[in-house]
Amino acid sequence: MIDPTKGGELMKAGARAVPVTLSTRIRLARNLREFPFPGWAETSQRRAVMSACREAAESLKTFKDPISFEVDDLSELQKLVLVERHVISREMLQIEEAAGAVLSPDQSVSIMINEEDHLRMQVLRKGFDFKSVWKTAKKMDLEMEKALEYAFSSDYGFLTACPTNLGTGMRASVMMHLPGLSMEKHMDKVIRGVNELGIAVRGLFGEGTDASGNIFQISNQQTLGEGEEEILERLGRTLDEVKTQEINARESILENSSQMLFDKIGRSYGLLGNAYKITSSEAMDCLSFIRLAVDCGFLPEKCRAPIDAGFIECQPGHVQFQAGHNVDPDERDAMRAEFFRKKLSKFPSLDFDKT
Amino acid sequence: MGKAIKCHCCEKAATVHLTQIVENKVQKVDLCEECAQAKGVTNPEGFSMTDFLPTFEAGVSSDEEFVCESCGLTQQEFKKNGRFGCASCYDVFQKVLDPMLEGMHAGKRHAGRAPADFVPPVAPPAKKPEKKEPEKKEPEVREKDIAALETELIQAIEAEEYERAAEIRDQIRQLKEMAAG
Ligand SMILES: [Zn+2]
Ligand SMILES: [Zn+2]
Repeated sequence: MIDPTKGGELMKAGARAVPVTLSTRIRLARNLREFPFPGWAETSQRRAVMSACREAAESLKTFKDPISFEVDDLSELQKLVLVERHVISREMLQIEEAAGAVLSPDQSVSIMINEEDHLRMQVLRKGFDFKSVWKTAKKMDLEMEKALEYAFSSDYGFLTACPTNLGTGMRASVMMHLPGLSMEKHMDKVIRGVNELGIAVRGLFGEGTDASGNIFQISNQQTLGEGEEEILERLGRTLDEVKTQEINARESILENSSQMLFDKIGRSYGLLGNAYKITSSEAMDCLSFIRLAVDCGFLPEKCRAPIDAGFIECQPGHVQFQAGHNVDPDERDAMRAEFFRKKLSKFPSLDFDKT
Repeated sequence: MGKAIKCHCCEKAATVHLTQIVENKVQKVDLCEECAQAKGVTNPEGFSMTDFLPTFEAGVSSDEEFVCESCGLTQQEFKKNGRFGCASCYDVFQKVLDPMLEGMHAGKRHAGRAPADFVPPVAPPAKKPEKKEPEKKEPEVREKDIAALETELIQAIEAEEYERAAEIRDQIRQLKEMAAG
């Protein structure tokens, strides 16, 4: 059975982690021609879709040793852990029956079955790399379409349950760490600016604008009327622009209010390394400034991967999974604090002379 | 695009432009910075467009128009959930869908890749039995009227004249009912 402690693309160390951009994801929505969309289908139809898609997914060459499950097979904590890792969607947990997923062992590729569409196939990687992520996604799609008959029309492209996903069915998103723009209070302007380009901005878990840890998910809203490469190129240009603005904001802060910045970083480091109780959003805000410290050279590069993993490890599901059982929020805060005290005890001290 | 758009709530120039699908229609709202802040509009998904447009759908009767024969989804159900039931729904509800796509996407037609084995249909699919050239001449005129009205409807929505859009919509509905029986 699935072991959420193994794998987790967002949690592994690697050279691909870079300042500003945490991860890249491309998700394709596909449906089978013969069956009603999941939300409108009978259970028996959903079952049939489930077995057809599961079989096709499990035999993909992309997967050597796929992990395959139905949502019902998972414990509540396992579900939560996978949602927090962005491997399955939160929406998937609401589905009563005949919904599941097939994952690559490292969980970087996941195929959700009977979510809003019959298939939601995603590729998730650390860093910013549309090219290789798209290549993997397209390869998987081409393989799947050989085994399954997709609902497709020449006018509307890939047909989806919701017309907002129509056409390419492709949603590309990048998780960006934007403490500079947040501190300079420029985020609202950035959000509006990119909205006008048909690009959406959300917090880490896609819930409104709650952007704990200054992490924003930026994605294309429009899926019809442009080709896949065109969408990625346009989105990529926007992301580059946001990245430039973020770097400018950081430089301006370093130049004009370095005291304030050092103070924020120092306090975050002190708090996360010494607290005995800490909420997930407080932990994320601390992690944000400690990550910024790595970007600025105040901490060595090797601290980056443990910090990035921390954004996921501080989530309620992961804290409880670590404990092996459900834990009430109060006790969770204590466990989380202990976890990060240990983690930060291995970090060297901040070195602000490295500017 | 060239003309300055006024804020929906006050007289200032609008700098925030939002688009959302409400009840099957693309709704647009333009706001100035202050009003956008005041309404808490920093994320187009975090608020409801209906807050701004309470009266738009109120006067429209709720009888059904199209029904998908493959899956049984009615237009009302589509309006309620914003989701289609099956692939055939896209044929059945095309006229409802097309004006919606305008504000939703970069274009109204697919420009991306097709499945490798996809063969474009030679003739339009003869799926809908009721469209086997029903009545002869009269309906042709009506169909033309409906098409013209639909164009007008799209223009009205684009121009954000929602009351006019509702009127046109009712006219289309009446014509369609006449055509049907
Ligand atoms: Zn105003
Ligand atoms: Zn249908």
